[in-house]
Amino acid sequence: MLETIDLRKVYPTGDEALTGVSTTVDGNEIVAMIGPSGAGKSTFIRCINRLTEPTDGEIRLDGSELTALGESEMKAARRNIGMVFQEYNLVERLTVMENVLSGRLGYVSNWAALRRKFPPEDVERAYDVLETVGLDGMENKRADELSGGQRQRVGIARAVVQEPKILLADEPTSSLDPESSHAVMELLADIAAEEDIPIIINIHEVPLAVEYADRILGLHDGELVFDGPTDGLDENAKDVIYRGADASETTNEAVAKTRTDNNAISEQAADKPTAAGD
Amino acid sequence: MATEDGAAEIPYDGSRWQRPTAFRNRKVKWAAYIGAALFVLWSIVSLLSGVTISRVVYGLGNGFLLVESMFPPETSTVNLERVGVYMAETIAMAFVATFTGVLISLPIAVGAAENLAPWPLYYLNRGIISITRAIDELIIAIIAVKAVGVGPLAGIIAISYLTIGFFSKLFAEDIEDIDMGAKEAVEATGASRFQTFVYAVIPQVAPRFVGLTVYRWDINIRASTIIGIVGAGGIGTLLMRSFNRYEYDFAGTILIAIIVVVLAGELFSAYVRRRVQ
Amino acid sequence: MAVETGRSWQRHGTQRRIKRLLAALVATATVVGSWLWLELDLQYITSSPPELLDLAVRMYPPAWAYAPDIVMPLIETIHIAVVGTILAVMMSVPVAFLAARNTTPNDLTYALGKLIVTTSRSVHTIIWAMLFTVMFGPGAFAGMVAIAVRSIGFVGKLLGEEIEEISFDQVEAIKATGGSTFQVLLYGVIPQIKPALVGISIYRWDINVRGATILGVVGAGGIGVELFDAVDAFQWSNVAMILIAILGIVLLSEIVSARARAMTR
Repeated sequence: MLETIDLRKVYPTGDEALTGVSTTVDGNEIVAMIGPSGAGKSTFIRCINRLTEPTDGEIRLDGSELTALGESEMKAARRNIGMVFQEYNLVERLTVMENVLSGRLGYVSNWAALRRKFPPEDVERAYDVLETVGLDGMENKRADELSGGQRQRVGIARAVVQEPKILLADEPTSSLDPESSHAVMELLADIAAEEDIPIIINIHEVPLAVEYADRILGLHDGELVFDGPTDGLDENAKDVIYRGADASETTNEAVAKTRTDNNAISEQAADKPTAAGD
Repeated sequence: MATEDGAAEIPYDGSRWQRPTAFRNRKVKWAAYIGAALFVLWSIVSLLSGVTISRVVYGLGNGFLLVESMFPPETSTVNLERVGVYMAETIAMAFVATFTGVLISLPIAVGAAENLAPWPLYYLNRGIISITRAIDELIIAIIAVKAVGVGPLAGIIAISYLTIGFFSKLFAEDIEDIDMGAKEAVEATGASRFQTFVYAVIPQVAPRFVGLTVYRWDINIRASTIIGIVGAGGIGTLLMRSFNRYEYDFAGTILIAIIVVVLAGELFSAYVRRRVQ
Repeated sequence: MAVETGRSWQRHGTQRRIKRLLAALVATATVVGSWLWLELDLQYITSSPPELLDLAVRMYPPAWAYAPDIVMPLIETIHIAVVGTILAVMMSVPVAFLAARNTTPNDLTYALGKLIVTTSRSVHTIIWAMLFTVMFGPGAFAGMVAIAVRSIGFVGKLLGEEIEEISFDQVEAIKATGGSTFQVLLYGVIPQIKPALVGISIYRWDINVRGATILGVVGAGGIGVELFDAVDAFQWSNVAMILIAILGIVLLSEIVSARARAMTR
């Protein structure tokens, strides 16, 4: 179970990317985080494994508090958090297998890492996961020989062999064509079910989010303005997320409402066209 | 999981994954590595045998003495004038040699471009380029000094020679990179061979030609600063003389002058190339 | 605008034409001026080629019997290139990290890195060799040090540029899996610069073989010593033999270098 309490991030430039986000993700639910560019979606994801250092607030993974950890403890904690990146972030000049096995680095010695000697069960699992993501037989290809969709699947495999307690995906489909996007989302959904872990997915395309997610988080200007089941995401909710409501109380009210019941949101934000998918 | 050998069809016997290698197989890889390592060992042993620590330390001490005797550099008017005259000769050599070198290179470059030259000519010119690139210009300078006597002419011959290998090779590659579609299009209008060359080939390579020439000139400045060491004219003559007479403070002046001129040449060439391309 | 009456067309605007003309004039004038300054007679154009040709005729036939005598100097030439390159690579790795914007600690270290690179590159091998023969005495050791010092700038510059190209996204991904600092270096950074380091080193070795053939001019070892002696003694058929040997060894090292570099990607 992942819990964030009042998570805040202020960049040195003074930009407040997150204004205090509190939410809980549990079980094997697929949570899609939507919102306009610059709303703080990436910051939120990156704060969870502290690739970006949060300014304030708490992050609890299965009860243990992450923000208080020292550097080496945090490294150990990262083993429990899988991450999938928008630009795949594969080490281009390494083979597929080396990229996947790098997910096990936290568990092997430096010397073993140097000789590429991973425990047989790790290699075993790597082969299994490669099969799951549909890349069996590709283990000795170099990452830069693969297509975008294939690369993203290697990225997912790398995160999955970590045997994480939660998977974070930062815009995993933004660099992909529509067909590969669907394939990747489907794969993530399968993994959530199979590994029985929750997944948080930052996503740009609302239709994709609606199609695959169990729950939606809506972020606007660093503020969580929507948090509820996918079928509660109606036009009004999208309006609040993408346009921001005119008055701040509207937003608060909207949040309050969507949290309590997921029905239509008040009249204030009515009849504005959807700005989704920008 | 059975670890029986010969069970090759089981694709994931975990312990069997090995990092792929660029060599044919692991044995070849290790043979190559060990061979290279042995050669390196031989090199180190043969070069360092007879070189004792004390000699190195003594040498480094000498180095300090050398640097010390170079500073402050000699600045008497007479000597500065000599540096000026020889430096002018150096730069003039670079200009003339670039001109003659590029002139000679042009036909070789066209002949060595795969898309323009018929194959016997192509191989002939490629051969010329390989040979000119293999022999260093100082060697040519030594021979040229014997042939035409001490002085800048020998230097110009050596640097022109040096220009040929470099310029022809790179310019031939530029010619090979031209868009043949444009050439075809011009041909299709009924243009003659010469007209095609003027309208389709030259415009495509002209900026690269200017850029390469300037670049080569910059390298030629470097070369002409040292070519005097073997008597082929330029500031190197002075440098060698000052070393032989143990006038290290004057050598210091010359070295500083060389570095300044080389860097200025590099900056100028970079500026011109930016403007052209 | 008098458009109706027969339009004329020019390739470039007037100003541009003038600029181009001027540039061409200046270039021509410089070359002609240089020619005059050097007091080169035009007759040299006709007299030099026959003189060079005459020399070539005297070189024929090459002294094949002399070949065994130059095997060891040839091998020494390679030794100088090998050890010089290794020494240079070892010294240039830290220099490269200093001279790369994204890894250098501060402006001062950056400037230091650039200074080392520039000094090493702007002084010719033969000048370095002159300095080191004064320091260490004549011989292959001084030549090797000269080759090494000259190569630092080349390797340091190219490797530094490669380090500046490193993608930190890839590094970050390894960090996110929980790898140690050493492992992040091993999996995130080194794979990105290793092919460049190997390629640059082999390429430089190839250049150094060529460079080591001339060290003998200042008494710093290698095949050049033999060559210089033979030229001084006017033994032209020996000179021809040495030239053939140099040609062979340089072309050979070029092939080895090209093949080895093709294998590292």
